[in-house]
Amino acid sequence: MRKKRVIIGATSAIAEQCARLWVSDAAELTLVGRDLARLERQAADLRVRNPAVVIRVLTVDFMDASAISSLAEDVVQRSEGGIDSVLIAHGSLPDQGSCEKELVACRDALAINALSPVLFAEAFAGHFAVAGKGTLGLIGSVAGDRGRKSNYVYGAAKGLVDRYMEGLQHRFAASAVRAVLVKPGPTDTPMTAHLKAKGMKLADPGNVASAIVSGMARGSAVVYAPAKWRLIMLVIRHLPRMVFNRMDI
Amino acid sequence: MVMLSAWGKLGAFPHTVQYLSDREALRDVICGAPLKGLAQGMARSYGDVCLNPDGLLWNTCGLDRYIAFDEQTGLLRCEAGVLLRDIQRLMIPRGWILPVTPGTQLVTVGGAIANDVHGKNHHVLGSFGDQVRQLRLLRTDGELIDCGPDLRPDWFAASVGGLGLTGLIVEATLQLRPVAGPWIEAENVPYGNLNEFFELADGSEAAWEHTVSWIDCMCGGRGRGIFMRGNHAPKMDRPLPASRNLRVPFDPPFSMVNKLSLRPFNTAYFSLQKWRSGRSVVHYEPFFYPLDNILEWNRMYGPRGFFQYQSVVPRESGREAVSAMLREISRSGEGSFLAVLKTFGHREALGMMSFPRPGVTLALDFPNRGARSHKLFARLDAIVQEAGGRIYLAKDARMPREVFEAGYPRVQEFLQYKDPGISSGLSRRLMGV
Repeated sequence: MRKKRVIIGATSAIAEQCARLWVSDAAELTLVGRDLARLERQAADLRVRNPAVVIRVLTVDFMDASAISSLAEDVVQRSEGGIDSVLIAHGSLPDQGSCEKELVACRDALAINALSPVLFAEAFAGHFAVAGKGTLGLIGSVAGDRGRKSNYVYGAAKGLVDRYMEGLQHRFAASAVRAVLVKPGPTDTPMTAHLKAKGMKLADPGNVASAIVSGMARGSAVVYAPAKWRLIMLVIRHLPRMVFNRMDI
Repeated sequence: MVMLSAWGKLGAFPHTVQYLSDREALRDVICGAPLKGLAQGMARSYGDVCLNPDGLLWNTCGLDRYIAFDEQTGLLRCEAGVLLRDIQRLMIPRGWILPVTPGTQLVTVGGAIANDVHGKNHHVLGSFGDQVRQLRLLRTDGELIDCGPDLRPDWFAASVGGLGLTGLIVEATLQLRPVAGPWIEAENVPYGNLNEFFELADGSEAAWEHTVSWIDCMCGGRGRGIFMRGNHAPKMDRPLPASRNLRVPFDPPFSMVNKLSLRPFNTAYFSLQKWRSGRSVVHYEPFFYPLDNILEWNRMYGPRGFFQYQSVVPRESGREAVSAMLREISRSGEGSFLAVLKTFGHREALGMMSFPRPGVTLALDFPNRGARSHKLFARLDAIVQEAGGRIYLAKDARMPREVFEAGYPRVQEFLQYKDPGISSGLSRRLMGV
């Protein structure tokens, strides 16, 4: 059956690639973001890719809990028969140094990377709980697996999301609702352009998107993208503190 | 700063790269930049036309959104970073195809326009620029210029084949053409000398849309080879070929294309193709883009990289000139495996700086052997200049300025349209700006 899907933070590079994969066989795609004009440009692109799909765009204040709640209500209402999946994809990579110097930057980084995705997830989880089915995907990060001096504020936010998704998986264990946590490694997106400009090797967002789409189709609990990060982070997580704290990473 | 090289891998040069993504936010990046910039897509051109050493590169691969498609007229409007491959894969199943594509589909729409690339069907449909109905330029002073064949045609003529120098190409509207399916009815015909080639080429113009030939340049001025021609096949039910990608997995310490390998390679290829000659039905991807399945094939020329020497000479002097070039190559002992000989149709390109013109074009690749290579190129230049021809800027990394000016007589007119905030390695080398 053709699915009805929702993407939060739809203009992010990874989400945009997911949308391009889903548009080939979806029934409906709802794109949620902050910038209406950009969402419209993306919707036009997706309509060329598959004119048969119904594409909607919506904007919302990503920090406003009640607005998020009514947005989820609205999206579910508009889709006859409910929605099949939600991908929560927004985030922003803060500069660790700024977070240490300015608490405002630190707070904003925690808010957009931890608080906001959890609010969206909780809003849609409620609807999936009523429907008894649905797949909720959320993009975390390998940075959430262990705090490191180079980005621990971002890492802490992603770690919170990790624990939250663990809880959702526990809550829905006996039902057909699936909560899928995706942990991309550093990916080639505008968010990491400064890393790429320094010559760092980054994963292709198209490949990361394929891993997300197939992981959500399977209902996997945790998807590392690319898969090699599962092994890398296994090692990093288990390094004794004595060793880890001497590493410059 | 990152070190980047072009497809010929002749050297890596420092660039500051900026990644473009949102077409409405481009002014923030390209206007008022402290250094001169240049748009770069897939960097598939061979020399310095896609490089801007010590300057800015605006990477356009993130400008990859479609804007609109009209199923009735076949007009496709898209951003400049969309790959030709993606258009083909999306549209061919829906009955539309890009009318003109070059020998690789791993290039962007913007790059195809800026180099006014041609395909195997030049005698029928002209070059890529002939399929563009409109394009939008963003100048570094912030001005937007929409142009097309009937809309500010002077800007259009400057920008098609304009090497990205007239402004950043933001988007384009392309005319697609109807196609029944992905299949090509192809025929390979071996030829024993240049006379036979020209007979085949002229004899195929009326009945065959796509023509090209591989030429064995290791057998002197005689020029044996394989002539390949094809037409779009009617709709048919056949299983699609499995996609397989090979990759040249490492940088060999020396060129794998060399004196020892070339003659047996060419002889083997000629014999194999001769044995396999005749008609067949093939998928469009291996027919049009035979090397796209071998990722990073440019590595096989070793750490010093390679030159591609592609010239076009008028028909009147063409046979003599091609024969003379083949003799020079034979005499030099240098050689080429990816050697392509093809006739162009009887039409002038619309771009001021476009490469295609009526005549015959010969493309050859040579491993970089320093002074020896340059000596050979100087002799080939003399033949091209004598014949009244020109050298393809998308391939060039070395031609002297006088050869350029003789081949591209409209350069002074073109320079009036150049954006002062844009510059490339090639524009500094050949135009001094």
